[in-house]
Amino acid sequence: MIKYTKPLEQTTWKEMEVGGVLTVPGSAREYRTGDWRSQHPVWTKSRCIRCGVCWTVCPEPAIVEEPGGYFDMDPNYCKGCGICARECVTGCISMVPEEE
Amino acid sequence: MSAHPAKAQRVGMEVSIAVSHAVQMARAEAIAAYPITPQTHIVEHLSSLVANGELEAEFINVESEHSALSACIGMSAAGARTFTATSSQGLALMHEILFIASGMRLPIVMVVANRALSAPLSIWNDHSDIMGARDIGWIQVFVKNGQEAYDHTIMAFKIAEHPEVLLPTIVNLDGFILSHVVEALEFIGQEEVDGFLPPYQPRYRLDPKKPVTMGAFAMPEIYTEVKFAHQVALTNSARHILEVWEEWAGLTGRRYRPVETYLTEDARVLFLTMGSLTEVAEVAVEEMRAKGVPVGLVSLRLWRPFPFEALREAVKEAELLIVCDRALSPGGPGGPVHSEVRTCLYPLETRPATVNYIIGLGGRDVPPEAFHDILAQAQKEQESGPSGEFFLYGVRG
Amino acid sequence: MLEIRFHGRGGQGAVTSVELLALAAIHEGKFAQGFPSFGPERRGAPVLAFLRINDRPIRLRCKIAHPDVVLILDPSLIRIQKPAADLKPEGIIVLNSPKDPAEVRREFGFTHRLALVDANTIAREILGVPITNTTMLGALLKATGVVRVESLEEPLKERFGPLAVKNFNALKTAYERTVVEEARS
Repeated sequence: MIKYTKPLEQTTWKEMEVGGVLTVPGSAREYRTGDWRSQHPVWTKSRCIRCGVCWTVCPEPAIVEEPGGYFDMDPNYCKGCGICARECVTGCISMVPEEE
Repeated sequence: MSAHPAKAQRVGMEVSIAVSHAVQMARAEAIAAYPITPQTHIVEHLSSLVANGELEAEFINVESEHSALSACIGMSAAGARTFTATSSQGLALMHEILFIASGMRLPIVMVVANRALSAPLSIWNDHSDIMGARDIGWIQVFVKNGQEAYDHTIMAFKIAEHPEVLLPTIVNLDGFILSHVVEALEFIGQEEVDGFLPPYQPRYRLDPKKPVTMGAFAMPEIYTEVKFAHQVALTNSARHILEVWEEWAGLTGRRYRPVETYLTEDARVLFLTMGSLTEVAEVAVEEMRAKGVPVGLVSLRLWRPFPFEALREAVKEAELLIVCDRALSPGGPGGPVHSEVRTCLYPLETRPATVNYIIGLGGRDVPPEAFHDILAQAQKEQESGPSGEFFLYGVRG
Repeated sequence: MLEIRFHGRGGQGAVTSVELLALAAIHEGKFAQGFPSFGPERRGAPVLAFLRINDRPIRLRCKIAHPDVVLILDPSLIRIQKPAADLKPEGIIVLNSPKDPAEVRREFGFTHRLALVDANTIAREILGVPITNTTMLGALLKATGVVRVESLEEPLKERFGPLAVKNFNALKTAYERTVVEEARS
């Protein structure tokens, strides 16, 4: 995704980098995939063994480790795919619809 | 081969070998190629130069032309001066990667030893291969003899790598007709080449210390703008191409122009040719002039970017322009060169009539007599009004 | 400009001969153009190779249709290729044959100038193999004088390395033994 300082639809051809090169590393971070989400994971801490499997399997990666070794999602990037819930060793993650 | 490329000298050499020495003198750092007739001798000799330690470069053997150009893209993106060569089916197999190289603005230099496309299988020369790659967004140059093949191979690196250009560049040389001929050439010295062509300074390169993303994907909101920036760069490259050619002229005395003319003074009829047909046409035009027929020759050296203004200027006084194509556009208007020439001339209020002859397909020999024949036929066609969109010269039946 | 067409069979070295002579001419400061009859060369199949030598740059990029010289490495090709058919009237036929000129003329109907040498015998004597391409260059030089004999020494060295001396000797021997006979009407 080519991202410039202006919104895409206002960027002119003169503002293109040669060959559409993206000069800022990690610029995909500005693309908030969290907007895509229709559900999100919720951890039940009492059953969490802090193994980190959810963190490992998250494709984004949008799961962050919290103080104490527990995990939570990063709302900016979590797409709500549910892989973490499916792979959780103890079944402590449940997917909750956004509107609730 | 006798040439030691370190010093300026006159050499006798197969043109393919001279091209590989041009690449050596240009100090190419990365080569990936796959052998295909009639281009094979170029990369074969380069691989020997690398293996013998006479050229310090990475030579990647690959299993196809698709991979050859893909590897070149990677090496060029990493900042290396990169070369490849191909022909015919090989160029066709590269097709999708050709667009990636130019879209990413990587200054790869490629020599295409032009050859017909199958079927039927033909290893001989025509321009079908490169005309099928007309819109790939590369700079494209044609040469008419071995000296020009050597000169333009070196110059192509300087043009491609120019900071205002950054476009891959193809040097077209006619397969066999030029590639396999032993002839006399003038080499310039290594020091002169080094002075002319300093090391490549990439604008961006793949470097873990300073990461960039190349070849990213583009949403519909931005794709048109990226493409137009490429188009403008290709069009504007013309002035830098000329600068490089002028610098070369200062160095060697050999001056190249986007459109070149031969005996066009007072010529009412002009031939237009590309590649090795040009020299044969020069001989024919001299013979015609000797008989008092006011005929001249225009040749297109630069095919992309197309030299609109130079061509209009070169032909504006003529009454008839006979465009000689070496490729056919089946079911279309005839030859691709003629189509473009006609488009170029269309806005002019007064312009020569054009007649299109397609000659030399699949290695058919083109002696000077062919041009005499074509002149007679074309004048008849002009008098009566052309009886066809184009004529396939010499076809039987 | 001198236009020479070589007639041989794939593997007999016609293309090599053309290249060597082109290089010799270029080393003398002349212009030359040597090229094969492009195509998939197959051992034993009849092949052509072309050579142009001139004092000025050469711009023809086509085959040689009306040569000044035809050089025939293998007499068995005469019936197949009819090499003399399009030779210029003042042209010369350079032929590898052990026969005498009268016999050759009778057999093939040649009327042109004729240069004859038994290159097979020379090649066997000196090279130990009946490969006549370099030997026949001696006959060509005798017939045409197009380059100096010494001018071949360097190209032969580059091409054949240690075998160059024998090839050069074969060439010189052929030069001495070649018989040139004027045209017959």
